Amino acid sequence: MSDTALHQAVIGGDDKEYLSFVLADEHYALDIKTVKEIRGYEQVTKIANAPAFIKGVINLRGDIVPIVDLRLKFNVGEATYTEFTIVIMLNIQDRIVGIVVDGVSDVIRLMEDQILAPPEFGVAFDSRYLHGLADVDGQMVILVNIESLITSEEMGLVAPQSVNEDA
Amino acid sequence: MSIDIEQFHGVFFDESDEHLDDMEQLLISLDVDSPDSEELNSIFRAAHSIKGGSGIFGFNALMNLTHVMENLLDKARNQELSVTTNIVNLLLETLDVLKATLAAYRNQVDVPEQAIAVSITKLEKALTETQETTAPDTNIETSNHQNVDSGNGFDNGNDSTHSDSGDAFGFFDDEPDTHIGTSQQSANTDSELSTQTDDGFGFFDDTPSETTASVEDDGFGFFDEPEVPVIKSLASDDSFGFFDTADIPPPNVKANDSVGTQSAASPVQSSPVPTNAIQSSVAPDTAANKSTSPPPSISKSPARPARKTGGRDSASIRVDTGKIDAMVNLVGELVITQSMLSLIGQEVDGQVGERLQVAIDELQRNTREIQESVMSVRMLPLTATFNRFPRLVRDLAGKLDKKVDLVLQGAHTEIDKSLIEKLVDPLTHLVRNSIDHGIELPEKRRAAGKSEMGTVILGAEQKGGSIIISIIDDGGGLNRARILDKARTNGLAVNDDIPDSEVWQLIFQAGFSTAEAVTDVSGRGVGMDVVRRNIEAIGGRIEIESSLGEGSGFFIHLPLTLAIVDGMCVSVGSQIFVIPLLNIVESFQPTASQLKTLGNDTVLYIRDQYWPLVPLHDYMDVENANRKPTEAIVVLLESSKKRFGVLVDALVGQQQVVIKSLEDHYRKVAGIAGATIMGDGKVALIIDADSIATTYTSSQIEDMLA
Repeated sequence: MSDTALHQAVIGGDDKEYLSFVLADEHYALDIKTVKEIRGYEQVTKIANAPAFIKGVINLRGDIVPIVDLRLKFNVGEATYTEFTIVIMLNIQDRIVGIVVDGVSDVIRLMEDQILAPPEFGVAFDSRYLHGLADVDGQMVILVNIESLITSEEMGLVAPQSVNEDA
Repeated sequence: MSIDIEQFHGVFFDESDEHLDDMEQLLISLDVDSPDSEELNSIFRAAHSIKGGSGIFGFNALMNLTHVMENLLDKARNQELSVTTNIVNLLLETLDVLKATLAAYRNQVDVPEQAIAVSITKLEKALTETQETTAPDTNIETSNHQNVDSGNGFDNGNDSTHSDSGDAFGFFDDEPDTHIGTSQQSANTDSELSTQTDDGFGFFDDTPSETTASVEDDGFGFFDEPEVPVIKSLASDDSFGFFDTADIPPPNVKANDSVGTQSAASPVQSSPVPTNAIQSSVAPDTAANKSTSPPPSISKSPARPARKTGGRDSASIRVDTGKIDAMVNLVGELVITQSMLSLIGQEVDGQVGERLQVAIDELQRNTREIQESVMSVRMLPLTATFNRFPRLVRDLAGKLDKKVDLVLQGAHTEIDKSLIEKLVDPLTHLVRNSIDHGIELPEKRRAAGKSEMGTVILGAEQKGGSIIISIIDDGGGLNRARILDKARTNGLAVNDDIPDSEVWQLIFQAGFSTAEAVTDVSGRGVGMDVVRRNIEAIGGRIEIESSLGEGSGFFIHLPLTLAIVDGMCVSVGSQIFVIPLLNIVESFQPTASQLKTLGNDTVLYIRDQYWPLVPLHDYMDVENANRKPTEAIVVLLESSKKRFGVLVDALVGQQQVVIKSLEDHYRKVAGIAGATIMGDGKVALIIDADSIATTYTSSQIEDMLA
């Protein structure tokens, strides 16, 4: 029996792992399966005529990968770049995208019934990109549907036609 | 022990394709009046290899057809049949059927039985015709008959009774078909068979050296295959050991059994250990048809020298392009890592630092060499592409009753593989056009005082960083008046006094054909626009030169490769950009007098011309750039659409860069063709001059030049 199967047999099967991160004072989490790696912020090459939250591109072992600062995108916190600034490299639909966050906190495991429906307002993220809310050790964690956020038109990371045929 | 023979199907198909291509080329280049015997031999060998392989794999339709073809070829090379244009045509037709059959087997669909039957009938007819005429000549030597007959034995097994045995035998023996071919015209001399085994043995030129003496005695000089020395040298090859073992595929064993009785006199059988003898005489050829032998590594080595005698001197392996691309990427990474390492190495002092520096220098040299050789793997000569054209031209000229001589030049020019694949269609189209529309009918040519034979030159050459492929004909040339008329009928606004070059570009418009009649070859007006689109899609451009009555030339300019570009690195603020050298006309520091202000924009005035000036820091939105043009550098660019200057801070240096797509993980960006990774691991953007010309001028400078 493989590890995962064993796991599921013990725990019940409908739990998922999330990587939680911090933007300003809020705690967010995204599906850990989309995470490729976590690395420090490095100098980017700026791309002309791109929105400010797209910082530019970096060389990730031969791939030219865009870096998005979610703090700028959602107007939270202060977009400073130090040697401790964290970039989460995501692998979404065969594309690699890096997102800049204030910090990475933990890997959390949540059962489906621990996830509550998101409120209509009150968080920086549009509710379209929210998966739900969860309470972890007395702290509210916002679960982000990172795939729909990254591929959304407003992010401008994906050429329009590949997201939406009639766009 | 059983062998899964299917695993060799792919190899067989690939090899057979190669053989068919070889045969086609040889047939087309064959001089009908005085055919070169070596060429005939090569054609024969190719047919034979296909037959052998198809027999082993049980592709009976393929085998039956190649078998008859082989008979014909055999006679041709033995000079028992004079090669005529009709025969060459017939053989070419047969090749087409063979190709279709091979494709059918490959795709596991039904083989074109009917076409095969028709071809076989035609070939047999040709065979019988020649047989009647040449029959008297065959009573030359007794030994000849004898040999011939032993061959006949195999032949019977092959054709009528049980194909398995025949196939297998045909496969293993390089020369039995010689016998098969000649057998049909000889009398039965079965009685002699058992007595003249030595002579017969001599007939098998492939067999070990001690027999060659008898060969010469019997005057079989013309059977002397170039393989003989090669095979002799192979006699001690390891493959023998292999073939002696139980690994022999079942058909082989059958062949020995069933053939044994029929051809008791078979020289092979007369040797002390019959089975081994057959195998040894046969081993090199089996190896040539390497599909039968389980470990390809063993079989390959003998195959090489045998091929060489057929005029082929490049040993090659097939590699998935994906693997090469991955390698190119990895080498790119290696180069970057190496330059990082050398940066670090410079910071290390003392003795260790010195030693480190030496090692890094060595690494640098090796890395560069690896990079060069990996890049060269992607480059292929155009030969394979060009070689398909003689056939096309021949067929087309025949169909149109024109006389056309195709001259190939510079086929050895190497070009990126990905470009080659995309070149075939446009080239085919242009060559067809040249023959259909360019070259006139013989009468017309004579009337115009030209030789009846039209010439089409298909050439390739490397000029600097680009490859120029030209299709030049000495036909009627483009008709300016007719093109202009047609343009007007199509509703295009054209002046009578526009330069020729612009008139010629009109033919690239969709739906533009000035051919008087639509033929099944061309004239429908679709195509030239597709040609141009295809060529532009691979980063090339096409130019036309033409003069009425004298002919026209199409020149395709292509980059050497899609993966690498020769670029000039320029700095703007703290950022580095790469400008493809292809686009650069010149660069200089402008003087105040060369800069004129026009509204809010600055334009450049040099050589009595106004050039739009695009400040790159403005276009690319770079901070901290030098904003005083007189302290900056102007790089004059020429794109296919416009000429303009870009303003940059400084020139950093020229280097080859590997183009990486931005679209893999991001999206297309206006003005940027892609990105590359510099020596320090940073990303630099590659300028797309065409895109800058369209996006920048449309918004800011368009009015000025109108």
